[in-house]
Amino acid sequence: MAPSTVHFVILAALLFGIGAAGVLLRRSGIAILLGIELMLNAGNLALVAFARQHGSLDGQVFVFFVMAVAAAEVAVGLALLVAIFRKQQAIDVDRLAIMRW
Amino acid sequence: MLNLLWLVLAFPLAGAVVLLAGARRFTHRTTAAVGVGATGLSLLVALGVLASYAGRHGEVVTQTLYRWIAAGDFSVEVAFRLDPLSAVMLFFVTFVGFLIHVYSTGYMHDEPPTAFARYFAYLNLFMFAMLTLVLGANLLVLFVGWEGVGLCSYLLIGFYFEKDWCAAAGKKAFVVNRIGDFGFLLAIFMAFKAFGTVDMAGLQAAMAADPAAAARWATPIALLLFVGAVGKSAQLPLYVWLPDAMAGPTPVSALIHAATMVTAGVYMVARTSFVYALSPTALLVVAVVGGLTAVFAATIGLAQNDIKKVLAYSTVSQLGYMFMGAGAGAFTAAIFHVFTHAFFKACLFLGSGSVIHACGGEQDMRKMGGLRHHMKATYWTFLVATLALAGIPVFAGFFSKDEILAKVFAAGAGNLHGYGKVYLVLWGLGVAGAFLTAFYMFRAVYMTFFGSFRGGPEAEHHLHESPGVMVWPLRILAAGSVVVGFVGIGFFGPRFNLFERFLHPVAPGVEVEGWHAGPALEVGLIALSVGVAVAGILLARRFYFGPDAGAIPARLATAWPRLYRTVANKYWVDEGYDAAIVRPTNRLAWWLWKGLDTVVIDGVLVSLAFFTEIAGDLLRFVQTGNVRNYALMVLGGAVAAAAWLLL
Amino acid sequence: MTLSGTLLSALVLTPGTVGLLLLLLAPRDAKSLHRWAGMLASLVTLGLALLAWSRFDPADPAFQLVEARPWLPSLGISYRLGVDGVALVLVLLTALLQPVVMLSSWKQIDDKVKGYVASMLILETGMLGAFLATDLFLFYVFWELMLLPMYFIIGVWGGERRVYAAVKFVIFTLAGSLLMLVGILYLGSLHKASAPGTWSFAYEDIARLSIPGGEGFWHNPQLLAFAVFALAFAIKVPVWPLHTWLPDAHVEAPTGGSIILAGVLLKLGTFGFLRYCRPLFPEAWEAATPLFVTLAVIAIVVGALVAYAQKDLKKLVAYSSVSHMGFIMLGLFAGTVTSTQGALLQMVNHGLSTGSLFLLVGVIYDRRHTRLLEDFGGLARVMPLYTGAFLIATLSSIGLPGLNGFVGELLILLGSFRTQPVAVVIAATGIVLGAVYMLTVVQRVFWNPLVHEANRGLADLTWQEVTAFAPLGLAMFWIGVYPMPVLSISEAAIRRLIGG
Repeated sequence: MAPSTVHFVILAALLFGIGAAGVLLRRSGIAILLGIELMLNAGNLALVAFARQHGSLDGQVFVFFVMAVAAAEVAVGLALLVAIFRKQQAIDVDRLAIMRW
Repeated sequence: MLNLLWLVLAFPLAGAVVLLAGARRFTHRTTAAVGVGATGLSLLVALGVLASYAGRHGEVVTQTLYRWIAAGDFSVEVAFRLDPLSAVMLFFVTFVGFLIHVYSTGYMHDEPPTAFARYFAYLNLFMFAMLTLVLGANLLVLFVGWEGVGLCSYLLIGFYFEKDWCAAAGKKAFVVNRIGDFGFLLAIFMAFKAFGTVDMAGLQAAMAADPAAAARWATPIALLLFVGAVGKSAQLPLYVWLPDAMAGPTPVSALIHAATMVTAGVYMVARTSFVYALSPTALLVVAVVGGLTAVFAATIGLAQNDIKKVLAYSTVSQLGYMFMGAGAGAFTAAIFHVFTHAFFKACLFLGSGSVIHACGGEQDMRKMGGLRHHMKATYWTFLVATLALAGIPVFAGFFSKDEILAKVFAAGAGNLHGYGKVYLVLWGLGVAGAFLTAFYMFRAVYMTFFGSFRGGPEAEHHLHESPGVMVWPLRILAAGSVVVGFVGIGFFGPRFNLFERFLHPVAPGVEVEGWHAGPALEVGLIALSVGVAVAGILLARRFYFGPDAGAIPARLATAWPRLYRTVANKYWVDEGYDAAIVRPTNRLAWWLWKGLDTVVIDGVLVSLAFFTEIAGDLLRFVQTGNVRNYALMVLGGAVAAAAWLLL
Repeated sequence: MTLSGTLLSALVLTPGTVGLLLLLLAPRDAKSLHRWAGMLASLVTLGLALLAWSRFDPADPAFQLVEARPWLPSLGISYRLGVDGVALVLVLLTALLQPVVMLSSWKQIDDKVKGYVASMLILETGMLGAFLATDLFLFYVFWELMLLPMYFIIGVWGGERRVYAAVKFVIFTLAGSLLMLVGILYLGSLHKASAPGTWSFAYEDIARLSIPGGEGFWHNPQLLAFAVFALAFAIKVPVWPLHTWLPDAHVEAPTGGSIILAGVLLKLGTFGFLRYCRPLFPEAWEAATPLFVTLAVIAIVVGALVAYAQKDLKKLVAYSSVSHMGFIMLGLFAGTVTSTQGALLQMVNHGLSTGSLFLLVGVIYDRRHTRLLEDFGGLARVMPLYTGAFLIATLSSIGLPGLNGFVGELLILLGSFRTQPVAVVIAATGIVLGAVYMLTVVQRVFWNPLVHEANRGLADLTWQEVTAFAPLGLAMFWIGVYPMPVLSISEAAIRRLIGG
């Protein structure tokens, strides 16, 4: 059968879930960034699917915005990771718990 | 001359101000000159005013100085009123006051100059306040004087302030007076609410114009006014401050606590007699309180050994007589007794001061004795005054006391307002009181002036008559105690009773309907009261004069020790008040502070702060510092927001 | 701009401006400069206040010397000042007390003098502004302005528990006034919803609104609005049982702080009740009268009894303040012209007598560094002038005729008797209680034998202290004997506030 919007959205949801799980469950900063990327792209997929369904280009234009934001966010995130690495010689985010009670 | 009325008040006030300002620099002579001079000038102006007033046939003269307060519908002026009643008061207040000022220059001579000046400043201030009280044309100006004399009483009783019992006595006087003032103020409020004015003349007119309202309000107003009188004139149950007030210098006791301030209550009742005349209940209450006080205080006087305390309880008792008379509707008779009492009681107190002075400060009569050999003038004046107090004919007290007893009897026999039986009982109490009065006063005379001196050889050496400035006032007052009675002879009917005729326009009595004492009854009553007094004197002579002086009383005291102790300890009234009022109030105050304020009210606030802190303490655990926790929270929040939007 | 067009602004802003200039420009250690600048600013303000009095027409009940300048026109907030009889009396009190406060702190405050003087001056601007503002928003601004300097005065120059006292004071007051802000905004929105349809916070415009009533409490806008205003003012007065910040604040504040706190700040609460609560919410006022009369009577009696239980002289005077403010609240809520006149007069009287008492307590504290009654006794022999001054303040406080306290208390009780007789009977017992605790203080401090050797060599009042006390003492006698000048200022304004 031809793939319909539902299939794409389910796929997007699955990808989002995997990405979220990655953010929550991985200790490494890079893995978290990967997870964030996955979530963002899952969103992209959903947007394109709905754009195709409605036959308008609004969703696809929005995807461009999301990609730009993702790129910027990755840049900043990697910069932060570099700074963290310089401090603790590892990118273990669990070791960052200084500002706590 | 009449428009110089205000000068009578201005001189003592100026004297007080000058003396307070210059207290540190004045010598004894300057102080005496200013203090006595101010009072003397006041007396001269008063005599001049009275001379001008003599031709006015009892007309009411008012002098208004200025508008004091005006707010909303309430307005009151500083105004003075000269009428027969205030004229009488004006006369003896300035006259006796002047004599006591002169006496004080001798009595207080050993005080350092600053204290001497302070004394006369307060005494002058007292004259100002008392005159304000007496001359006030409305209840408020009267009240200013009323509280003013209370203040001066406080300052003068506590004159020797370094002794804590003197300071405490002063405070007690002020506070107990204030309890009376509470009633007085409520009466003023009520009068204003009901009749829209506090001016005496205005009030009288308003009550006459609206008999229904007058009938309704007369009793509560009269009773509340009487509460004030009970405080100021030391009646049951607010008399307790007066005996303690003897801690002050003796001339103060003479002036304030015998002749003038304490009689202010009687004056006030006479002043507002038009209110009392409309309220049989109030009159009865006044009479009953007066009568009970008269006897009660007399019994305490029996067992006192301090000469001033005897006189203090005697004053309370005599004030009781005055109220008893007023309560029987005989306002003039009450004022007449105020008048005569001022002379002989002041004389007695000044005489006791002379005695105390000679004995080097000793006030216990058990350490006196035989003084008539050393102090002839003091002895004779004291004796004359005692005879007057005891009510022996010819002396002033006889006429005034007898008048009261006669009027009370008339109220009883004539069934005034239907309370005849009560008045008869009161009359009986009055007669009994006369017996007791004669007895304890002559007890004092015998213990002090007869027998041999019991104070030790050292003191005996120093016994001497007092200087002239002290003795001459005694002589004048003693002469007064003989003479002043004659203006109020009641026996021959109203025509010869100058006093009654003079005061009648402003303080008409409440007459008993349909009963009149025949001459035989009148003579009988007089004979009874005189006889009772003589009996008292003879009994005192039996107990306290001669070789076995004091033996019988001692035997009686050992025979009934508890009775004796109760009376000697003034029926433990002060202790009772302490236990019933003072100490519970202290405890209540403490609990209100530590219990209510600190634990309950502040507790609410502190617990609010505490809970805020606890909440903060708990919430801070959200800040784990763990990035993944925060990520989870973000996710959770996003899901929740999405769900809320969609559902 | 005519003189009368700027007089009130000059009056309000002079102290604050001088204070700010001091803070920003003055060198840190020039203590003399700071003190004299403060004194000069206070005296100039006093002069301006007297000038305003001379231009005031007592017969005119409306606001006079009005200034109105737009501030935030789109929100209807303007800079409006105006004086009526009630405000004038309290402005005069403030202006009179300020130099006294400055004088009383002359030598006593020796550390960070610049900050102290600046705080006092800014505080004065806040108080004067609150009295004179005729725009609700501007009133609120000045109301809040008073908090910060007071916080510093108590918290920096105060006694041992000063931080606790300052924080308690600020949070308590702030809680009330924030709710009042809600009320003010509601009133503004009500004006917007009414006929002209514009935003306005001007007093005259708001006063013309009729605020709807309703069922119960939570559905009754007038009652709710009244409640939030009343809460803010009640905390300031302070009304029992919201009074517990007062003893702490008074005890811990320095002498000057206590004087101004008792003398003026408390009156802002009662002023608020009279100027705002009553005319703006008449039905709610009626409904709330039994509650406030009861609380007033409780304050009178309980305040007096708790004062009697105190061992610390300053705390005793603080609780006596609670008792006195109860009298004033009774006079306000009894609602007759006489009782309200009395209440206003008593506001002045309390400022004078309690201000004097705090001043005099400061005198003895400076010498002995203790305020406990048991540490004294027999001072009359050593310090006769001080004794005399203290006696005058005491007698004024307990309402002895001849001094100012009597006139105020008389008018309050007499005026209230018609509408609240029961309350008056209970309140009148306060005159007995007042005598009890004040005379007990006098006895324990001045009479009685001198037992503590430390009291023997104490110096009597210095010239500075005499000069600080003299205007207060003279005013107490003056108002007691001839109160008509003060009473006639406010009569017209009070009639308008009560009738309308």
